[in-house]
Amino acid sequence: MATDQNTILDEVTGGEYKYGFVTDIETEYIPKGLNEDVVRLISQKKGEPDFMLEFRLEAFRHWQTLTLPEWAHLNIPNIDLQEIIFYAAPRTKPKYNSIDEVDPELIDTFNKLGIPLNEQLALAGVAVDAVMDSVSVKTTFKETLADKGIIFCSISEAIREYPDLIKKYLGSVVPYQDNYYAALNSAVFSDGSFVYIPKGVRCPLELSTYFRINASNTGQFERTLIVADDDSYVSYLEGCTAPMRDENQLHAAVVEIMVMERAEVKYSTVQNWYPGDKDGKGGIFNFVTKRAICKGDYAKVSWTQVETGSAITWKYPSCVLMGNHSVGEFYSVAVTNNHQQADTGSKMIHLGKNTRSLIVSKGVSAGKSNNSYRGLVKVSKKADNARNFSQCDSLLLGNQCGAHTFPYLEINNSSAKVEHEATTSKIGEDQIFYCNQRGLSTEDAVALIVNGYVKEVINQLPMEFAVEAQKLLQISLEGSVG
Amino acid sequence: MLKIRNLHAKIDDKEILRGINLDIKPGEVHAIMGPNGSGKSTLSAVLAGNEAFEVTEGEVTFNGKNLLDMAPEDRSREGLFLSFQYPVEIPGVSMVNFMRTALNEHRKYRGEAPMSASDFLKLMRDKKNLVEIDSNLTNRAVNEGFSGGEKKKNEIFQMAMLQPKLAILDETDSGLDIDALRIVANGVTKLKSPENATIVITHYQRLLDYIVPDHVHVLYKGRIVKSAGKELALELEEKGYDWIKKEFED
Repeated sequence: MATDQNTILDEVTGGEYKYGFVTDIETEYIPKGLNEDVVRLISQKKGEPDFMLEFRLEAFRHWQTLTLPEWAHLNIPNIDLQEIIFYAAPRTKPKYNSIDEVDPELIDTFNKLGIPLNEQLALAGVAVDAVMDSVSVKTTFKETLADKGIIFCSISEAIREYPDLIKKYLGSVVPYQDNYYAALNSAVFSDGSFVYIPKGVRCPLELSTYFRINASNTGQFERTLIVADDDSYVSYLEGCTAPMRDENQLHAAVVEIMVMERAEVKYSTVQNWYPGDKDGKGGIFNFVTKRAICKGDYAKVSWTQVETGSAITWKYPSCVLMGNHSVGEFYSVAVTNNHQQADTGSKMIHLGKNTRSLIVSKGVSAGKSNNSYRGLVKVSKKADNARNFSQCDSLLLGNQCGAHTFPYLEINNSSAKVEHEATTSKIGEDQIFYCNQRGLSTEDAVALIVNGYVKEVINQLPMEFAVEAQKLLQISLEGSVG
Repeated sequence: MLKIRNLHAKIDDKEILRGINLDIKPGEVHAIMGPNGSGKSTLSAVLAGNEAFEVTEGEVTFNGKNLLDMAPEDRSREGLFLSFQYPVEIPGVSMVNFMRTALNEHRKYRGEAPMSASDFLKLMRDKKNLVEIDSNLTNRAVNEGFSGGEKKKNEIFQMAMLQPKLAILDETDSGLDIDALRIVANGVTKLKSPENATIVITHYQRLLDYIVPDHVHVLYKGRIVKSAGKELALELEEKGYDWIKKEFED
């Protein structure tokens, strides 16, 4: 059914970045900068077992040998990591047994973000893990999920409570050697979510994590690990916001997904980190490594992302299709406005036989922004009958923005069928005039046309997120025409 | 209702309209005919507010208000409707969503509350029947993949939904087969009332067999060079435009 365009528009009129508030909450910091002691301190603060400290130190030592990658189509200012605080936590009890123990300011923060932590309120059937700065604040619906054997908790808790699972899977999809930011994250990650779906279980709730950077001068390095055992299913969502600050903040997350035989994981992101102001001041640097391995036969993973925030986005959710007949999908909307830069896309690595992948990428650029799609489709020698279809569309608003497409294909098996389609279009003045003539203002017309353009991707999102994503698109593009 | 005085307009320094005068009263149907390139479509575009054209001189009042001062969307909300000669496609935007947004913008302009979903769907059903439009058309994206005839029917459907005071039909008959022409023309006729007016821009008499005009104007080289009753259309059909051109040049 048609969504109520009007209500959405009314809500967003005049809204700039509405999540830009700062919560006044007592926060515990460690000294800024990064060295081996800091890594030890983080591990100690979190009361981690030795194997975890070893993991971090190995990653840290490796990271010290690396230099910043420069290949993306991005203009990244120098980031002085010694000026960043690597651990900040709301100073309250480390663990909450019930919602009553959580600082009311914190609950208020998440309420403002539209995330009810109170289980009675969460009737929508979404289990939430909320991460503020470096620590997980509250995970809802834990008991309901536990009945089915599902584990959904903060990664810190998982490290303490389920060390065997962590030892087995952490770093198994994204090893710390993978890249600069993966190594950094492995050394200093502070929290994140852990999900384990046992064999044959369909997770009855949407699992969701909200990430919030609140403290200033801090980096956020969260780590998410999802393991879907044979014949299981889970749909997982993450949302991200941050206050408006003049300085840039670093967000370098790692998401690992392991999908076993016939299991299916849907991972959706609505990323709305603070993008910086109109002149390009401030904003989050979002350098994220996301990867899924379809380990078992007939495994399936589907990434859906709506990227509207961040000053710089650098992110390529990938699928390693190891199992025969496994399937990888990637649906993406990346919107850039003002001075935002995005370099995003997907990697599909076909290793198993009869593997299939689909990439649907929709870029929308406005203002003076730059939006790049970068994708790799790789078919290995043994991957008989692999199939890929990629569709990369770019939509330009105005004539000061840029859209770029960098598709890489590495095909080593002659039975592969790989298709790539790309289009670049502008919103036609004739389209806008047509809408004007029916009584729509130019701004409404653009919103309507953009929403139509990205519908294919938005439709992949769970209902509540789809509405949120539509609103976000409108806010992001406000003032981008005329 | 509509008063045009000495209207001049140009595109890229080329003057297309060179002093149009026209008066339209409620309840009237005016046909504007003329050879290719005489400025018919420009006139409709200028009235609707297409910014590709620059008005260099003249005045247009619509129900007492200065039309040329209004943004295109306000002209629409004031009750001016243009049925496009070439309706554009808007991929991914459903007709339902599009029409509902448009209708509610009109209501908002008039200070009315948005229409409820059920009332809206009922209205859509009624109007669909009126213009004999296929149900599935309204479930598709705006004009996307529509045939020429379907696009024109869709224009008249939108007109029925928005109930304008003044409708300008820019070559609505072009590209229509005889059945589609009848349906479209009947739709327009059914929408006629003593309160609203219609401008029919056409090359051919055949549309005027269905939508009978009160006045027929011939536009040539940016001016209205001849105005008369409906019999003028028949005369043009028979004799072509040459005699008018000749009369004008002399």
